[in-house]
Amino acid sequence: MNEPTTMSNRQDILLRVEGLKMWFPITSGLFQRTVGHIKAVDGVDFHVFHGETLGLVGESGCGKSTTGRAILQLNRPTEGHIYFGDVDLTTMKGDDLRKQRRRMQMIFQDPYASLNPRMTVGAIVGEPLEVHGIGSKQENRERVQELLRIVGLNPYFVNRYPHEFSGGQRQRIGVARALAVNPEFIVLDEPISALDVSIQAQVINLLEDLQSEFGLTYLFIAHDLSVVRHISDRIAVMYLGKIVELTDRNELYAHPLHPYTVALLSAVPIPDPVIEEKRRRIILEGDVPSPANPPKGCNFSTRCPRVMDICREKDPEFKDHGNGHFVACYLYD
Amino acid sequence: MGTLLEVKDLRTQFFTQDGVVNAVNGISYTLDEGETLGIVGESGCGKSVGVMSLIRLIPMPPGRVVGGEVWFEGRDLLKLDDDEIRQVRGNRIAMIFQDPMTSLNPVLTIGRQISEALELHMGMDKQQARTRSAELLALVGIPGAEGRLDDYPHQFSGGMRQRVMIAMGLSCNPQLLIADEPTTALDVTIQAQIVELVKKLRDEIGMAIIWITHDLGVVAGLADRMIVMYAGFIVEESAVKELYVNPRHPYTLGLLGSLPRLDEERPSRLRSIEGLPPDLIDLPPGCPFYARCSHRIERCLQENPPLETVGPHHRVACWVDVNEVAA
Repeated sequence: MNEPTTMSNRQDILLRVEGLKMWFPITSGLFQRTVGHIKAVDGVDFHVFHGETLGLVGESGCGKSTTGRAILQLNRPTEGHIYFGDVDLTTMKGDDLRKQRRRMQMIFQDPYASLNPRMTVGAIVGEPLEVHGIGSKQENRERVQELLRIVGLNPYFVNRYPHEFSGGQRQRIGVARALAVNPEFIVLDEPISALDVSIQAQVINLLEDLQSEFGLTYLFIAHDLSVVRHISDRIAVMYLGKIVELTDRNELYAHPLHPYTVALLSAVPIPDPVIEEKRRRIILEGDVPSPANPPKGCNFSTRCPRVMDICREKDPEFKDHGNGHFVACYLYD
Repeated sequence: MGTLLEVKDLRTQFFTQDGVVNAVNGISYTLDEGETLGIVGESGCGKSVGVMSLIRLIPMPPGRVVGGEVWFEGRDLLKLDDDEIRQVRGNRIAMIFQDPMTSLNPVLTIGRQISEALELHMGMDKQQARTRSAELLALVGIPGAEGRLDDYPHQFSGGMRQRVMIAMGLSCNPQLLIADEPTTALDVTIQAQIVELVKKLRDEIGMAIIWITHDLGVVAGLADRMIVMYAGFIVEESAVKELYVNPRHPYTLGLLGSLPRLDEERPSRLRSIEGLPPDLIDLPPGCPFYARCSHRIERCLQENPPLETVGPHHRVACWVDVNEVAA
């Protein structure tokens, strides 16, 4: 809470997610009958303040990317509402939705797969402008060069193709494309996971600079807790389709409440042999259950070191335990 | 403890259409019995190629080990014929790889795959090999080991598959285990499981380990000694505690500065290393890190610094004394 930017914008909510569910059908047989559902996201509630970075962390398959995609309506949610400013995106279609899409963009994990190899950098970065019918050809060319400059690339690169760039440079192209339409909100889906350590730091610094320069709001999805802690104001921890804990960055690392958060934090290696020698790890037993068949009661009950009888019966409620520290666990009832 | 492995001036190149890729450019190091050595560096720095060259697993063509010696148990591995090296691989030296899905055969049962090495190297019959396979699976913490011998790889999760790989690696009581980024494809809680398992097995069995990784965090709690590689060269080598407290190469400093850390007050900005690694086809004549280095002097452009001893068990390849500049 010591960052002035967070303080001044505390009240101003940009995005509100209510009861979001994203189930994917499992089909079988000749007529592809639905025989079950993958409950990728199974009821999440949170909001994102204007100008902040909300970190969304969790392990593979916990539904963090699906949440990001459902917010942008890249997958239409099965249930729930997504209020962006004062409009509900889940009820919108066609042109209305497209108008809203100008206000939100996405940056993807894989800088090799998310750029069309047959398009020049200029065409890639300029495409959102064309799609949304912004500006003339000449204006767009100038805008593309300006965008390349903003993300730290040489503006003369417009006629080159993606294969001529390194991973870090490609991710910069992806950032330039996202910025083209002046969005308010960007979903960053593991934007640095595919990059080398020294390049990761370059991209993180760039994202932070752009945020303060253009007043952007980020939903930063990642599995690396050290990176999320560095960039986020508040952090939500997901496990098997649900948010188990959400709070201020410093609070989460100083006083984690949910046993999963505690285990996750203790599993992160610290680059210091002296600390590593003394550290006591909480090693979680077993693997994450299948989202097609989540356990009865709390989703974490099968691996939780502090599991109680009630956890196997009923799902704990996601509640505020003071100062906006939300947690879904019976230990704190 | 005696020396188990001695690598002398190892050089590996790849002959491609675009030119000769200088993947490993004369690296030398030793490894003691029972010691754990961490090799860190970024993609393309030669950390994997350097170690795969030891056991002759470089695809030929296009690759070729063009120079050097690799002394292991009194023999130069680079001079062995194919049959002899096969007796060493999987037997005296075992390997586990990054991706546990692609390194297991999907159409053979787990039991069959573990037994194969036991029958080949240890001369066991089918029944003995099967019993030993079950013991090995239990050793690496797979519940109900006996019953899972007839399962196929797809019936195991990622972490469990990596455990199977470790069981296979340990099957012939190797003197040296080579682990090439074995936890990179795994989630952080599963990674912690695997690291703890390897530590436990190392203490029980007493094998030496070479652990290749790009993650300075994972090896901090695991390695005795570390080697930092850049563009096919060793740029720094040191005991693990010394390296993190007193890094002497500007690249090591940069790597440590690039990492956000859970245990520290958040720095306002990460100290990133600007620019990109050099093209391995067209290496500059001087220090390969010159273009990105914050401590460079003119000499670095002309001459590549040799790896020189700067303290007990601490070698650095740099013309500049980083500590002096800082002070």
